[in-house]
Amino acid sequence: MTAEPDAQGAAPDRQGRLAEFWYYFRENRGAVIGLYVFAVFVFVALFAPLLAPYDPTEQFRQSTLLPPAWAEGGSWAFPLGTDPLGRDMLSRLIHGARFSFFVGIVVVVVAASGGILLGLIAGFAPKWLDTLIMRLMDVILAFPSLLLALVLVAILGPSLTNAMIAIALVLQPHYVRLTRASVLSERTRDYVVAARVAGAKLPRLMFVTVLPNCLAPIIVQAALSFSTAILDAAALGFLGMGAQPPTPEWGTMLAEAREFILRAWWVVTFPGVAILVTVLAINLMGDGLRDALDPKLKRS
Amino acid sequence: MIRYLLSRLLTFLPTFLGVTLISFAFIRVLPGDPIIVMAGERGLTEERYAELYRQFGFDQPLPVQFWNYLTGVLQGDLGTSYVTKRPVWDEFFALFPATLELSLCAIVFAIAIGLPAGVIAAVNRGKLFDRALMSTALVGYSMPIFWWALLLIIVFSGNLGWTPVSGRMDLIYYFPQVTGFMLIDSLLSGQNGAFASAVRHLILPTIVLGTIPLAVIARQTRSAMLEVLSEDYIRTARAKGLSPLRVNGLHALRNAMIPVITVIGLSVGTLLAGAILTETIFSWPGIGKWMVDSIFRRDYPVVQGGLLLIASMVMVVNLTVDILYGLINPKIRARK
Amino acid sequence: MALLSIRNLTVEFATASGSFRAVDGVDVAVEAGDILAIVGESGSGKSVSMLALMGLLPWTATVTADEMSFDGQDLRKLAPRTRRRIIGKDIAMIFQEPMSSLNPCFTVGFQIKEGLKKHMGLDARAREARALDLMEMVGIPDPARRLNAYPHQLSGGMSQRVMIAMAIACRPRLLIADEPTTALDVTIQAQIIDLLTELQAETGMALILITHDMGVVAETARRVSVQYAGQKVEEQPVGPLFATPHHPYTSALLAALPERATTRLLPTIPGVVPGQFDRPGGCLFAPRCAFADDLCRTTPPPVQAPDLGLARCHHPLEGRA
Repeated sequence: MTAEPDAQGAAPDRQGRLAEFWYYFRENRGAVIGLYVFAVFVFVALFAPLLAPYDPTEQFRQSTLLPPAWAEGGSWAFPLGTDPLGRDMLSRLIHGARFSFFVGIVVVVVAASGGILLGLIAGFAPKWLDTLIMRLMDVILAFPSLLLALVLVAILGPSLTNAMIAIALVLQPHYVRLTRASVLSERTRDYVVAARVAGAKLPRLMFVTVLPNCLAPIIVQAALSFSTAILDAAALGFLGMGAQPPTPEWGTMLAEAREFILRAWWVVTFPGVAILVTVLAINLMGDGLRDALDPKLKRS
Repeated sequence: MIRYLLSRLLTFLPTFLGVTLISFAFIRVLPGDPIIVMAGERGLTEERYAELYRQFGFDQPLPVQFWNYLTGVLQGDLGTSYVTKRPVWDEFFALFPATLELSLCAIVFAIAIGLPAGVIAAVNRGKLFDRALMSTALVGYSMPIFWWALLLIIVFSGNLGWTPVSGRMDLIYYFPQVTGFMLIDSLLSGQNGAFASAVRHLILPTIVLGTIPLAVIARQTRSAMLEVLSEDYIRTARAKGLSPLRVNGLHALRNAMIPVITVIGLSVGTLLAGAILTETIFSWPGIGKWMVDSIFRRDYPVVQGGLLLIASMVMVVNLTVDILYGLINPKIRARK
Repeated sequence: MALLSIRNLTVEFATASGSFRAVDGVDVAVEAGDILAIVGESGSGKSVSMLALMGLLPWTATVTADEMSFDGQDLRKLAPRTRRRIIGKDIAMIFQEPMSSLNPCFTVGFQIKEGLKKHMGLDARAREARALDLMEMVGIPDPARRLNAYPHQLSGGMSQRVMIAMAIACRPRLLIADEPTTALDVTIQAQIIDLLTELQAETGMALILITHDMGVVAETARRVSVQYAGQKVEEQPVGPLFATPHHPYTSALLAALPERATTRLLPTIPGVVPGQFDRPGGCLFAPRCAFADDLCRTTPPPVQAPDLGLARCHHPLEGRA
């Protein structure tokens, strides 16, 4: 017996599972709203140069710290006002979405692929290797993530790239733990034993037989670490260890605006709102994903 | 129970060793010559460089360096700050009470609100309160706390003028530090208004630092309660004619606490990460701000020592939580 | 006057796919000292009606009844607080899964004494003494030590004994045992049933035994009420019921008993209890009934006279052929 008939049989089944997933996901109103907001966010990130009215670094020296259009003294030329250097807030926020999206994608891809690989190895490896990997993950998890990222960035040099590397490294143990836990529970199942008896080689067993069945919690974790990555990158930017000015990264924008908080509320409020709304939308989606994918919480 | 403790301790030791290794490796192995960095813009003569190189033991092989570092650490020697020339150990414990006070206030704030809120939400599942609370919790959970801090400062310090923007105490008060906790020391000093000043300084940082743990605790409590409430033994308790308060607050909560305690314990890491941001924003003289300042000053012994001490602290707390978990869960306690 | 009297009890659950009627017009009457067995397959609503009486159903359930009184008190009109003075004291209940019905976080002693404190107002020493008595009554060896044990340290049989001790702690006048032996080993089952009947004889309380085990019914019950798909289909004293079942369902249940088998293969009842979506229009049992005709399939059957066992059937059986 080979896995081929199994693969053929799985095609319609997988579609059914997708439909079922969508059915449960759609029931969760918050998750759907989150999905829409996230779609807008992705759209803005992809087409930022087309959407933004100005270049994000262009300085309008005669109109610094202009309030938003609807406030007294505001102008529709700068709908969300300008920052202390006379740059258009709206354009900067729109471009900021790019950086946050980029950070999220890169961090999730790096952390997830590294973490899944290590987790699979730990789950299939002999005891000593498993213990070694897991102890190593314990060590990383012992450091508060932001602190570890901060120190890493300090050593590597402050930049958005280094911030992403640091955050990915810090988030990666969660994937290792999750993957290993699911692998361990799947490994003894009949279908895995059957594949092994049928002579499937280890890599096939790991990636084709077992991994697809461990994906549900990993997908949820991916959504959650997407938002964590955005938050941490913004926090690093805020501390001056992430993206460097004049990059219109939301956290960096907040750091630049700090000294004006009591004079110009808009330079502080809008970047924060952008971070909060994005992170909230992703977390809403993550909750919906978890409810729809986790059979334990599924209503029977 | 003893065996349980031993097995916990046994996983603790290698992790501690690993944490030490990482703190060591960060400074010695990664790119960047600490001596040059230390010297800053002034530059160094060749001789001075060689002298410092030997002084710090960099001429020895790495394993020997690590061994020296490890034995030093175990004797409480974490090196000396480049900037203040004081032992890292002393600096850490001089600043630690400030962070501890703030963190304790934050976690008490988070538990005091989050736990009952989660219980009430679970008991009223699907009703308006539940939905409102869970939406709020998700917002809190998604909050960039550095921005949240700025917003609170705008409203409460700027517009309303109720709370100070930074520090732990108004400068007009001066009294000796006995415990390091401002709330206690200000009372001990007997000075009028000192305690009120300490409280006013604590309010905003506490809220900022407590927000995410609060959201996490509320969510975790709710889901743990929901799971427990559908258990057979809850039906048994109700069949005894016990009041809802006793059924929910004792029979259900006691069981729901087991996962919640774990979450509270794990939030210590979150709390310390949050303390970095909170202390920086509120100029709170604790270890979070100390770490950030040291990172900017490239004060490597402090960064190294602080990293090690903070990680050790997180590990000790996690160990304590594990033990507590054993105490609260009779199934583990009874295992001989 | 009956100790417990329930008339026309209906329980509906609100589910995602509409409302589901789990109990449909059931009457229950129990005299003091009586032993009533309620029998039926899984899904026949026998537990739900008793949980409704105890007020233990989740909030998705709607309970209606023309009468629901205990010892002359109308339970429907009582405030929750007053009702809780009866529940757990005068009416007690034990459940199917003893292992999961005890709170894992508290000692057995704590859980027994809790009810004593609430309903009997005993002081600590009296509670301890009463708890020891109870443990002995239900036949737990070394009761003093077991009082400090946690539920996970007990076997299933021991847990059910503890549950019984808890239930009879406040000298209830009615004990409801909801399939008390289903989750236990066969050898323990008989012990628990014996214990229940002994305690019933000693204390003179009324006992409602919910079960699907006709053997247990024959040994212990005085009266039997047969439920099917949320309806009571027949009620008779135990002797006549076994001798002359009037409802085809009862008859089929009895025929499925190994002791009564006349052929080499045990007769079974084909099909399953109708669920939320396949409720037939006429008699609920018609799809599985050997005697069903067109009338049965279209018109809900009437309830026959007491001499026909109150059978809910168009064509009640007159006697055994």
